[in-house]
Amino acid sequence: MTKVERAASRRGGKRSGPPEPEFVQLLTPEGDRVSHPDYSVDFTDDELRGLYRDLVTVRKLDAEATALQRQGELGIWASLLGQEAAQVGSGRALRKQDMAFPTYREHGVLYCRNIDPIMPLGLFRGVDQGGWDPVAHRFNMYTIVIGAQTLHATGYAMGIVKDGKVGDDDETSEAVIAYFGDGATSQGDVNESFIFSSVYNAPIVFFCQNNQYAISEPLERQTRIPLYQRAAGFGFPGIRVDGNDVLATYAVTRAALDNARHGQGPTLIEAYTYRMGAHTTSDDPTRYRVASEVEAWQAKDPVVRMRKMLEKQGLADEAFFAAVDEQAKVEAVALRERVLSMPDPDPATMFDHVYPNGSPLIDKQRAEFETYHASFEGSH
Amino acid sequence: METLTLGKSLNLGLRRAMEDDSKVLIMGEDVGKLGGVFRITDGLQKDFGDDRVIDTPLAEAGIVGTAIGLALRGYRPVVEIQFDGFVYPAYDQIVCQVAKFHYRSRGKVSLPMVIRIPFGGGIGAVEHHSESPEAYFSHTAGLKVVACSNPSDAYWMIQQAIASDDPIIFFEPKRRYWEKGEVDTAAPLSAAYPLHSSRVLRPGTDATLLAYGPMVRTCLDAATAAAEDGRNLEVIDLRTLSPLDMVPVFESVRKTGRAVVVHEAPGNIGLGAEVAARISEECFYSLEAPVLRVTGYDIPYPASRVEEEFLPDLDRVLEAVDRSFGF
Repeated sequence: MTKVERAASRRGGKRSGPPEPEFVQLLTPEGDRVSHPDYSVDFTDDELRGLYRDLVTVRKLDAEATALQRQGELGIWASLLGQEAAQVGSGRALRKQDMAFPTYREHGVLYCRNIDPIMPLGLFRGVDQGGWDPVAHRFNMYTIVIGAQTLHATGYAMGIVKDGKVGDDDETSEAVIAYFGDGATSQGDVNESFIFSSVYNAPIVFFCQNNQYAISEPLERQTRIPLYQRAAGFGFPGIRVDGNDVLATYAVTRAALDNARHGQGPTLIEAYTYRMGAHTTSDDPTRYRVASEVEAWQAKDPVVRMRKMLEKQGLADEAFFAAVDEQAKVEAVALRERVLSMPDPDPATMFDHVYPNGSPLIDKQRAEFETYHASFEGSH
Repeated sequence: METLTLGKSLNLGLRRAMEDDSKVLIMGEDVGKLGGVFRITDGLQKDFGDDRVIDTPLAEAGIVGTAIGLALRGYRPVVEIQFDGFVYPAYDQIVCQVAKFHYRSRGKVSLPMVIRIPFGGGIGAVEHHSESPEAYFSHTAGLKVVACSNPSDAYWMIQQAIASDDPIIFFEPKRRYWEKGEVDTAAPLSAAYPLHSSRVLRPGTDATLLAYGPMVRTCLDAATAAAEDGRNLEVIDLRTLSPLDMVPVFESVRKTGRAVVVHEAPGNIGLGAEVAARISEECFYSLEAPVLRVTGYDIPYPASRVEEEFLPDLDRVLEAVDRSFGF
């Protein structure tokens, strides 16, 4: 009897969840490396330890952000708990010249782009709505409307073709990755982005983190077939990867990105994973899913399996794991301190940057706003 | 000076913008070989290639959404929406993304896009081909909205809109595409009348008619007819719908004491209401009568055999002027 079945039988209910799907896997939940006919990785021991450090760190930073929300320091937080391997694997697969278009949950990808993790926290604290330069960071601002960014990513990829930046040279040719979730696959924008990228042969990878839920709605409310199979109808390859396996996710994403940059067009990757936490801190997942299902996925944890592998292969010792944990804690404490010291914006700045060329209407309203506030006794 | 139709003026303006800046792209349904259903992009794909004049899949959200990505990449996309009533699938991308990207980034990125929309009725079309959706866009901060009314403005305003870093919704009066006028195509772009400025087209002293797009011609004709009856009407082409340029309007109304706003769009919560409110706020003591509106009725656009009864015309404008003088 598997753990899933044991958990289900303890509850007296039927076995929860579908059977394990077919996917590319290079690292089992037990921490054993397995081979695949089409995909492999050739990481050095240092790089393997580095991936583990990434996984631990993004989980720790995520937990810190959840705590900050619980303490009233963030308005909301969209946790990536459970999706660390999908994000670290795909994030590290990007080459430096590649461009990423995230949803609002890709904190792990952001971290792997070597971007300061404080950058999106202003959005969740409510002191700004992003405020970074997408092109300078090779990482678009978080997009909150579900699926909208897949079209922006497609247009950006069309621009790469126009700029003659598709080609054989892996160091200069460019590709785009568009992140979205299982729920987004029902959106018109996502389907239109599949069509545009297909007919223009755009260098793009559609990276769908199928975390099994769109807030409360399970996958079967979005699809009757496995999501990766949708790609066939649009005329490009689709592949499913074990999204809790950082090695397989890296291998599949790197291959798809390189295919794209070499001129072979789009790929849809379905990273099969699980949102271990709530949709956001405003959500209560106990209303729509059973504990046994969560337990079953805990047994497939992306961080634990990487640690097991490092232990089994003798690539790391207790001192290493302790040092990684300690360093992650230091980064989390630093993040906390910087969030707490984020000042609220000057209210008059809400009138800034509505238009590149400004507007007399807004100038007038800003002046009236400032005059009104200056009229209060004791104001400066 | 050349005598050109409004449609040809747009075509030449687009051509000149593409010549001036290699980053300018044209995107839309049927804009390539066909030259657009109104032929506004006629010949451009032949001369600039299908890399710059892009026939797109038939999906408006996709057109606008990918144009955003191209703008992020450094291009200046000019999107054609085939008809006014087909813009709504792109509404989310326009309102949530085009309008807000600059603000969201705190000014770090701009989307220099133009979205061209042939608008208004009077061409005997089926449903969804005769609408006036300008208020939806004018209500959205982050978008600028303009409407041209004559060949010369069409030629210059489209070039100014493309050269602007602001995202601009560009309304074209489709029933006026075939009207002719003088265009000085040899002048430099910098000499053109400013884009976001309203303009007195016919000076007068007795009442002010305010219009944009297709209704400007209607108001000019009404002023000509009124002159025969001894009334001297001033006609202002608003040209910029967001932001409105009210200074010339205030000057005019302080002089005439009477104002009538005319548009094809339904009156309820329309541009005319905003214009009337602003005039009331700024010119209250100059007004001899309330600001009146002549607009489409608050119904869905009707079947084409009765559209002439729906659309404001010369008689309805003059009737409103009479009412203004009745106060």
